[in-house]
Amino acid sequence: MKRLSVKRGTVANYATYIGVTIAFVVLFLLQQQGALSNSLEGQLIPICCYVVMAVSLNLTVGILGELSLGHAGFMSVGAFAGIIAAQSLQASIPLAPVRLAVAMVIGAICAAIAGFLVGVPVLRLRGDYLAIVTLAFGEIIKELINCLLVGYDENGLHIAFNIRGTTTMSALGLSDNGIEIIKGAQGAVVTKIASFPAGFILILITLFVVLNLIRSRSGRAIMALRDNRIAAESVGIPITKYKLMAFIVSAALAGAAGTLYGLNYATLVSSRFDFNTSILVLVFVVLGGLGNIWGSIIAAAALTILPEALRSFADYRMLVYAIVLILVMLATNNPTLRAFFGRIRSTLGRKSEKEAADHE
Amino acid sequence: MVYLQHLISGISLGSVYAIIALGYTMVYGIAKMLNFAHGDVIMVGAYISFCCTTYLGLPPLLAVVLAMAFCTVLGIIIEGLAYRPLRQAGSLAVLITAIGVSYFLQNAAQLIWGATPKSFTSVVSIDGLTLFGGALRVSGEALVTILACIVIMVLLMWFTGKTKMGKAMRACSEDKGAAQLMGINVNRTISMTFAIGSALAAVAGVLLCSFSPTLQPTTGSMPGIKAFTAAVFGGIGSIPGAFLGGLLLGIIESLARAYVSGLANAIVFAVLIVVLLVKPAGLLGKQVTEKV
Amino acid sequence: MKKVICLLLACLMAFGCLTACGSDTTTEPSTDSTGSTDTGATDTDAATDTGSEEDAGTTGGGTASGTFKIGVIGPTTGGAAIYGSAVANAAQLAAEEINALGGIQFEVQPEDDANVVETSVNAYNTLKDWGMQILLGTVTTAPCIAVAAETNADRIFTLTPSASSTDVLSGRDNVFQVCFTDPNQGLKSAQYIAENSLGENIGIIYKNDDAYSTGIYESFVAEAEAQGLNIAYTGVFQEGTQTDFSVQLTEAQAANVDLLFLPIYYTPASVILRQANDMGFAPTFFGVDGMDGILTVEGFDTSLAEGVMLLTPFSAYSEDEASQAFTAAYEERFGELPNQFAADAYDGMYILKAAIEAAGVTADMSPEEICEALIPVMPTISVSGLTSGGGEMTWQATGEVDKEPLAAVIENGVYVMMG
Repeated sequence: MKRLSVKRGTVANYATYIGVTIAFVVLFLLQQQGALSNSLEGQLIPICCYVVMAVSLNLTVGILGELSLGHAGFMSVGAFAGIIAAQSLQASIPLAPVRLAVAMVIGAICAAIAGFLVGVPVLRLRGDYLAIVTLAFGEIIKELINCLLVGYDENGLHIAFNIRGTTTMSALGLSDNGIEIIKGAQGAVVTKIASFPAGFILILITLFVVLNLIRSRSGRAIMALRDNRIAAESVGIPITKYKLMAFIVSAALAGAAGTLYGLNYATLVSSRFDFNTSILVLVFVVLGGLGNIWGSIIAAAALTILPEALRSFADYRMLVYAIVLILVMLATNNPTLRAFFGRIRSTLGRKSEKEAADHE
Repeated sequence: MVYLQHLISGISLGSVYAIIALGYTMVYGIAKMLNFAHGDVIMVGAYISFCCTTYLGLPPLLAVVLAMAFCTVLGIIIEGLAYRPLRQAGSLAVLITAIGVSYFLQNAAQLIWGATPKSFTSVVSIDGLTLFGGALRVSGEALVTILACIVIMVLLMWFTGKTKMGKAMRACSEDKGAAQLMGINVNRTISMTFAIGSALAAVAGVLLCSFSPTLQPTTGSMPGIKAFTAAVFGGIGSIPGAFLGGLLLGIIESLARAYVSGLANAIVFAVLIVVLLVKPAGLLGKQVTEKV
Repeated sequence: MKKVICLLLACLMAFGCLTACGSDTTTEPSTDSTGSTDTGATDTDAATDTGSEEDAGTTGGGTASGTFKIGVIGPTTGGAAIYGSAVANAAQLAAEEINALGGIQFEVQPEDDANVVETSVNAYNTLKDWGMQILLGTVTTAPCIAVAAETNADRIFTLTPSASSTDVLSGRDNVFQVCFTDPNQGLKSAQYIAENSLGENIGIIYKNDDAYSTGIYESFVAEAEAQGLNIAYTGVFQEGTQTDFSVQLTEAQAANVDLLFLPIYYTPASVILRQANDMGFAPTFFGVDGMDGILTVEGFDTSLAEGVMLLTPFSAYSEDEASQAFTAAYEERFGELPNQFAADAYDGMYILKAAIEAAGVTADMSPEEICEALIPVMPTISVSGLTSGGGEMTWQATGEVDKEPLAAVIENGVYVMMG
């Protein structure tokens, strides 16, 4: 049984890559043919971002077992860092896909640094206290970016902080051909360069990183921490190291997703990455199943499309969304239903085990 | 003098947070769940009171009582329909359900009362105090809020400490299984907690809107988060902790707004982080050692 | 086992989405029919005799031939829902009036964006699927910048009723505004205050996480400096702290402020007025167009707003015949007084009508053709409407509108226009 499950894990990994690739190829071809509705086509890139967000948060919440309510904060750091990079490199890297890649790397690095800075003190806390601190961190990031003014000209980047509310863009002293990049609350000025294939590649990289981490020695140590911290500690697993590792990887991936998201719209305001966005991503993770990567992917895609699909309900759509959310949570946790699905699954499981045995 | 005035503003703002945080902490202490819908129950309470005074012309005190009654029923219904079926489920499932309830209440309120903000008429009719020949002012709302906050805290401490129901609550908060074995009706106790928490939310809603007189479907969400922060600040589950946390949060926020206005919320949250790093269970929280 | 259940449910939901998508198309005729019954309900002076003709037109011709499809995007849910709802309502009202006149026919489809950039672009794409030919929107600034970039790429003519930032227009030839730009408002406010020497020590409270408020603030400060005005106090607040202003007001009072400039929306402004009154702090309050609506806040003690000055393009209390007719029709239909957002949207529909007539485009043309035909026409037309301050609105090629702001002061619960 044990031998089998390891093997099944590897198979499942490949199945995940193949499944995502097939989904991408089908959607990409349909897009090229113009067979997708505008509405769905416009959501492809955000869906990619949310999938990466959900998978990366799953690493923190599902695999590491720590509740984070500030994941959007890392997305925000990545988005604004990536925007600054992409906008200021416009002249030096004219090729958009390369610029996008560079921006995403920079976004990921900045978010990883933020993850480290937050992680070191915060991971000493546990449970709901950790949750509230991550929430606090997300709010702090949001306000800091609100006060941030950034411009770029031939002398390099100009940065100012509008702490008392009296500093304006003119304080940057940009030269005549300088460009304004982040105008505090008025948002960032963005040249759109995000693309669906880039989103797909980001998902693949994310899956590669996360799935390999889970299957590695470090991953097993991280899961041991989740299942029983005291037991893990007693066998000599360094808690802080592995917690930080998971936290930073998760932050970096969120940062890259943020960059992609930020470069998909002509403007970006920091209030987009508030508490509600963190919660939105958390909903994807919980609904998809803690620790279940496939579940995160599907839940992120389905729940991004859902409010749009409910547009025909007009003003009732968010109400319907709320009701669906509650009902789904109730249904997935209903003992009778769970037992019912459990039976189906065990029948299926026995069948597949038998098949696997037949193959050997 | 200006500094003192800010302090007074902070205390009155803080006592509003404290009342909300008391409700939060009650529910958390017993049900061990982050009830994100609490902020929206506040909003519903304020709307009910607004409707009673503005449309039905009822006296403010009666309006408050009706709002409390309505929210109590609402709290029990929410608990029974959305949270009770999840008693055995993981804490995250309950959290997401609470968020669902929060969205539901906000959107339902928008459909019922519209998105246009209402200006809330203060239910407080007493005059404020002026000290030092007008240099310092304490508004009537602030006086009432602070007083209500202290009374509620004392009542809650008496209730959980001395009454049979209160003791049952504490038992449930320690160990639900053991409490059940001792013949305590756990479901009824938790319902009762929600009823009390929601009634407090109604009071908080009315006072919040008397203090800052604008009422719309999203009114409750930010104070809800702030009060949650306050409850954690003071040590979640602790009644005096919620009171202290609320007051401190209000004072820090007021001072931050006066001197680093662009980052007021950020300062509040930064202080929270620092406090939690020094005292990981909040100011008055119990540090529980985990057993193997 | 949880995995399987979740997966199944997720699939179920995804399936549900697909079916919901499919049903979108089937609901269209029904919205159409409600549109025409609504027309019957509103009794504007010209409506009665041409009403039957119009009904025949919609049922017979459908949407294919004579009807322009106008998309409206704005927040009808969430914290900014007041603005989006007002625009959606007024656009509908104006379309029905215009349809009743015969001639150009409009079909209006409002979509919600909850004041979020992403949702707004989604709403735009949904409208494209619906077959939108012209966009009246979006209502709020940040979403409008993003959507304007899309319409510019897709070549769909865009007229925003109320997104006032210059970023909405910059570099986009197909985007025009009905409202003043933010810098223009800040500039006019500072000039007005200086010319009439309304205050010695000026205080400002603005919302520093809001593009509209920050935009006005920046240009106000620049112009105030040029005019030699003394700014004694600047206070800010954010979305999360807009329920209490006692600190800012205390500081302003300590700085001996005699005129408080409030480039903010009326909801927080109503709190400021109330709390200032409680404190016994009574400077002159000076607002901008976001202040309009303060008298309509349900439960608000309008005596607090006595003496408040504001620059506004529209007044629901105006003596002007068109404004009165509009106010009456709007109030009857939607049960509340229209604010300036509603007036902007109402004007927007008539501006579109004027532009379409001037360019001679027809409803069977593609959005691109309509867009290219309307762009050169806009700087040549002039339209008088509810928000043109008695004069006429004209446009620059950049998309900015030229019209005179009206300065009003609130006396006895109504606006009194000042010269």
